[in-house]
Amino acid sequence: MGAVVTTLVLTASDGPPGLLPAREQMALSLGWHIILACFGVAFPTMIYVVHRRGLVRGDDVALSLAQRWAKVSAVLFAIGAVSGTVLSFEMGLLWPGLMGSFGDVLGLPFAFEGLSFFVEAIFLGLYLYGRGRMPARRHLALLIPMGVAGVVGTFCVVSVNAWMNNPTGFRLVGSTVSGVNPWRAMFNDGVWLQFAHMWVGAFMLVGFVVSGVYAAGMLKGRRDAHHRLGFTVPFVFATLGALVQPLIGHVLGLRVGNTQPSKLAAFELAVTTEQPAPLHLGGILVDGKVHWALTIPDIGSLIARNSFDKPVPGLDTIPPADRPPVNITHLAFQSMVGIGTLLALVVALFWLARWRGRDWRENAWFLRFAVIAGPLAVLALEAGWVATEVGRQPWTVWQVLRTTDAASTNPGIWWSYAAAWIVYAGMTLGAFVVLRSMARRWRAGETDLPSPYGPTPPLSDLDSGISGGREVPASGRGHRA
Amino acid sequence: MTSADLVAAALFVGVLAYALFGGADFGSGFFDLTAGGSQRGAALRTLIDQSIGPVWEANHVWLIYVLVMWWTGFPAAFAATTTTLFVPMMLALLGIVLRGASFAFRKYAASMAQARLFGAIFAGSSLITPFFLGTVAGAIASGRVPAQGNGDLFASWLQPTSLFGGLVAVGTCAFLAGTFLTADAQREGETALADQLRARTLGVGVFTGLLVFVALVPIERDAPTLSDGLLTRAAPLVVLSGVAGASTLLLLLRRRFAIARLTAVTAVAAVVLGWGVGQYPWMLVDEVTITRAAGAPATLAGLLVVATLAAVVVLPPLGYLFWLTQSEQWTHAGHPGLADS
Repeated sequence: MGAVVTTLVLTASDGPPGLLPAREQMALSLGWHIILACFGVAFPTMIYVVHRRGLVRGDDVALSLAQRWAKVSAVLFAIGAVSGTVLSFEMGLLWPGLMGSFGDVLGLPFAFEGLSFFVEAIFLGLYLYGRGRMPARRHLALLIPMGVAGVVGTFCVVSVNAWMNNPTGFRLVGSTVSGVNPWRAMFNDGVWLQFAHMWVGAFMLVGFVVSGVYAAGMLKGRRDAHHRLGFTVPFVFATLGALVQPLIGHVLGLRVGNTQPSKLAAFELAVTTEQPAPLHLGGILVDGKVHWALTIPDIGSLIARNSFDKPVPGLDTIPPADRPPVNITHLAFQSMVGIGTLLALVVALFWLARWRGRDWRENAWFLRFAVIAGPLAVLALEAGWVATEVGRQPWTVWQVLRTTDAASTNPGIWWSYAAAWIVYAGMTLGAFVVLRSMARRWRAGETDLPSPYGPTPPLSDLDSGISGGREVPASGRGHRA
Repeated sequence: MTSADLVAAALFVGVLAYALFGGADFGSGFFDLTAGGSQRGAALRTLIDQSIGPVWEANHVWLIYVLVMWWTGFPAAFAATTTTLFVPMMLALLGIVLRGASFAFRKYAASMAQARLFGAIFAGSSLITPFFLGTVAGAIASGRVPAQGNGDLFASWLQPTSLFGGLVAVGTCAFLAGTFLTADAQREGETALADQLRARTLGVGVFTGLLVFVALVPIERDAPTLSDGLLTRAAPLVVLSGVAGASTLLLLLRRRFAIARLTAVTAVAAVVLGWGVGQYPWMLVDEVTITRAAGAPATLAGLLVVATLAAVVVLPPLGYLFWLTQSEQWTHAGHPGLADS
């Protein structure tokens, strides 16, 4: 499910007792899920590219990559499915004030998202277990509905978040919601840009993370065709994403200036309205004064307003009760922009070098950067969500519903928040241990990775000695294979 | 029928599908738990991997479908339920997360020790989820969820109808899983395993059948509105569940495993439908009717579009998936090492 209501560390001074833990729990579970959601959106497309290459060119390296990525996706999509379910429950359990009043306004895209999740889960099951059980071309084609469902699902979930930023499709008289038009709410004015931003972000995240894994392998001297292809395919996706994202982000930023001036003021650390406005790089606000910022005159107007002299409205134009937490919003926003710019720069240089005949995949420094580009892309995505969500505060639905009114009044949420930490830590550890062991077994030459309690693997596997340490049931169920 | 009734019906189709298909997946946890040590249980656990591996995520999405139809179609009733039944819903959620994650982890675990740990979590959490979802159903059906929400966090579900609801849910899940796994084992030619499963499924079936009918007694006092519906409008369904359940036991005794799946599904479907018909026209029993709980008309119309689309877009591939997994071709072809060549 989606990126919806969240905020980081805020002191809930006068909200209901459930407000602070609800925020924290939502931020944790959303921040965790969004990474897997990116894989759900972008990974099927990448698997399709290598799988198709394998089939069309008879390229065994590409085929084996597709098979391994499919097994990885089996693990990632499983935990993504359950962490997405957590969010569905949490929408009601943590934010009854939002769902009870506006469920029928914002719910329709969620219903469509449910459909696309359905399609993705069905075709995932078909794809993972259909290998060797149907014609190869049909097996490959199963990835197409998965990729499409990823796009539709992203649109739907982001649509809800865009509605929270641009609420429309209803009338509010007092606290009564009427005149509901869920289609208008779904196709609100902010949805297309926000969707594009998130969709491209998902490809960047997955592209950089997966290529980083193979860059790490190449750094350790594994420079075979497998690693080169495993690096290049996701890196091409990451490149496209990284180059187009600054443009989308810029246009989206211009829109924020018009629709959510308080968010823009926080992004830009604009205390007072200045014309033309400077750009504050870094820096924090203490007692209403900007400290430790690198201030570049005039550039703020250019970046935020696309003009050399338009003002950036300052926080002084916003009533104190309606101001977002400035420092978190500003630093998160600039982290996202900074990392995004760095990534765009490096991929541009990589292809420039390639055009000049130099292959940076041979360069240890580039490979080191490619390894950390994955975590950096994750960081940028998380920072982006923090910036837009914290920047919308104190509103859950912009200028319609305050977060204090959306949150649960249940003080017991501290317990579920604590449990969430334990469960997410355990899932992270479990995924790490399992994925690492899969990689290790693949390196050792195993291909199928049978379960430890499963049928005895064919003799060739046993001979290569990688089943050492695994108990192989003596029942001789191998005949079934 | 009003559009609110239609949306409620579409929502309940999701509840029913989740109870049957998701239920069968959860129920396999019971057999996994009681399969025995790592050597003795290996064959059954491998069968469970094969049976639910391809389908559990798709079956799981029925729950998402139910949630989104509920909060979009009947938002205030949804919020009233989540604020009141916060505890069992969180516990069910915990089970969902642990089940899904540990099932995937176990399949790719590197060592037997890891597989044992993940397997224990998978099996245990497979019991937790249906139990707590059953208590949620029991609380709604017995009028424990106030229309304004924020009912008692514990007393709302620590009562006879909920506790019986939880047990019945666990029992029906295990019963479904048992009949499906027995048929799967026989199709795979694992006769010994099929016999072992048959015996256990018979035990589970007798226990669950008794439980369902014994539960009618406390429910009569604890949830009069539901009980009234069960004994009048839903009476044919109650009878049907009894007949279908008993037929399943007979078929299992006579080793007609393939047909036993149909009667088992019928029996459980009748129980779940019986609950739905029994509590109609209430959304939250004794508090809010479906009509009163319904959200905006335009949204209800939108949800009917979604339900229609689901029938067109989702059901055909889902049918294909089920057909493939239950086909001979799927069972015997396709050693994973031989593919794509």
